Amino acid sequence: MFVYMDHTATTPTSPEVLKAMMPYFGENFGNPSSVYSFSRKSRSAVEKARTQVAQALNADSSEIFFTSSGTEADNWALKGTLDKARLTGKNHLITTQIEHHAILHTAEYLHKFEGVDVTYLPVDSEGFVNPDDVKAAITDKTALVSIMFANNEVGTIQPIKEIGAICRERKIPFHTDAVQGAAHLDIDVKAMNIDMLSMSAHKMYGPKGVGALFLRKGMRPENFMHGGAQEHKHRASTENIAGIVGFGEAMEILKTRLNEDKAINSARRDKLIAGILDKIPDAKLNGAVCGDKRLPNNINFSFIGVEGETLLLDLDARGISASTGSACSSESLDPSHVLLALGLKHEMAHGSLRFTIGRLTTDEQIDYVLEVLPEIVARRRAMSPLWEDYLKSKGEN
Amino acid sequence: MALDYSQKVMDHFINPRNVGEIANADGIGEAGNPKCGDIMKIYLKVNPDTNIIEDVKFKTFGCASAIASSSMATEMIKGRTVEEAWNLTNSAVAEALDGLPPIKMHCSVLAEEAIHEALNDYRAKHGMEIIPIEHHED
Repeated sequence: MFVYMDHTATTPTSPEVLKAMMPYFGENFGNPSSVYSFSRKSRSAVEKARTQVAQALNADSSEIFFTSSGTEADNWALKGTLDKARLTGKNHLITTQIEHHAILHTAEYLHKFEGVDVTYLPVDSEGFVNPDDVKAAITDKTALVSIMFANNEVGTIQPIKEIGAICRERKIPFHTDAVQGAAHLDIDVKAMNIDMLSMSAHKMYGPKGVGALFLRKGMRPENFMHGGAQEHKHRASTENIAGIVGFGEAMEILKTRLNEDKAINSARRDKLIAGILDKIPDAKLNGAVCGDKRLPNNINFSFIGVEGETLLLDLDARGISASTGSACSSESLDPSHVLLALGLKHEMAHGSLRFTIGRLTTDEQIDYVLEVLPEIVARRRAMSPLWEDYLKSKGEN
Repeated sequence: MALDYSQKVMDHFINPRNVGEIANADGIGEAGNPKCGDIMKIYLKVNPDTNIIEDVKFKTFGCASAIASSSMATEMIKGRTVEEAWNLTNSAVAEALDGLPPIKMHCSVLAEEAIHEALNDYRAKHGMEIIPIEHHED
């Protein structure tokens, strides 16, 4: 059985989306910037997609700017906002310890090369940012607050509306990295007080290589890509027409089935979580406990005594694709910064396992994982000196 | 995450040899720490007349290359004298596994260190000289 449970890493481009994209690789290859009538098709395709994306967010189409990725949108929002703000003496950025690297590494860059002061807000044991911490961190030098909508590793959904209201009141631009959030949740940028929002198409059954930045009217971070006059002079480079068309389609489809998907995913997620807690002793759920505050497709556990990479390879040998926050999956020796920020001990962070379900998931697959995983964890624990020590210390207490 | 493990690493990871403990072991050694994500524990049964390692078992918490390194290293010292076993290097373990990704070389170092610790434990119990253990930088 092939069981793909890494939908947070990426999703397959859906057939309907691919179908909509195809003409823009071939017959409608025109450059939207050209004047002749043939290019009008490309131009109107981009504008249709812009409307599709805007409508899904309750934004105006003039507020959507296509980029090459969610990462580029994050870079643009942070660097572009700080570049401009620094001209007026504001050089403070507020973000969190659990952001995606697209934000964290950009913040580190701004600190290192542009002298920006960065506040990394902590989170509680479930991964929530406290809005009061945002309020307390704001100074008269604060140029931007950037807090992710929902965490990619542990699925925790932040109180975005509340944080947005604080920023709005203090007149500080508020950016949110919604690369995961937008793929699963209803987002209303107006109601949620969001000024800037990053998205990526391939997390929502669209193609790779295309993202977008929502910029509320009046928000004008300095351009990130300099060059031609594309995207109303705000994002140079010839448009990735097919990709943009795919993004628009994917977003429209997502919106029409959002509630249904949410219900199906949440039910399967809860079944998998309950099953793991029931069948595997000393399994710890990472992230938000309350289902409504957790991405409907995220399941993240730590199994004391076992290292995550071994679980991934054992699962892979049984046809299951999952993910881990273990250092062994990265180029460094440190485990996931997100799990450490939640207060997990290193050895627990090394033993984390993430399943992210989605449209490829079936009920049979959930049962299959629940059949296979307990065996795997038990077998690896049996050869672990850490598990042995843990059992001893547990017996003593 | 791209894991380019050799078939030998995968074989020793999926079917590790010499897993377990030895009751009343003649030498026990441990290396690594949970913070870094690797702990290796080695148990030796040594014939005191010949100094030959008659049995060896291991328990390891760590990634696939840590488990494969433990498995391979235990195979390589079984049937050897304690002197011969001392000379097993981490690069010999890595080589026997048809190589490890550069970032995983420390796993083979752990195997070498855990074996050295176990051998010294045995040596101490049998009035032999303790050999200083060289700790690698990584």
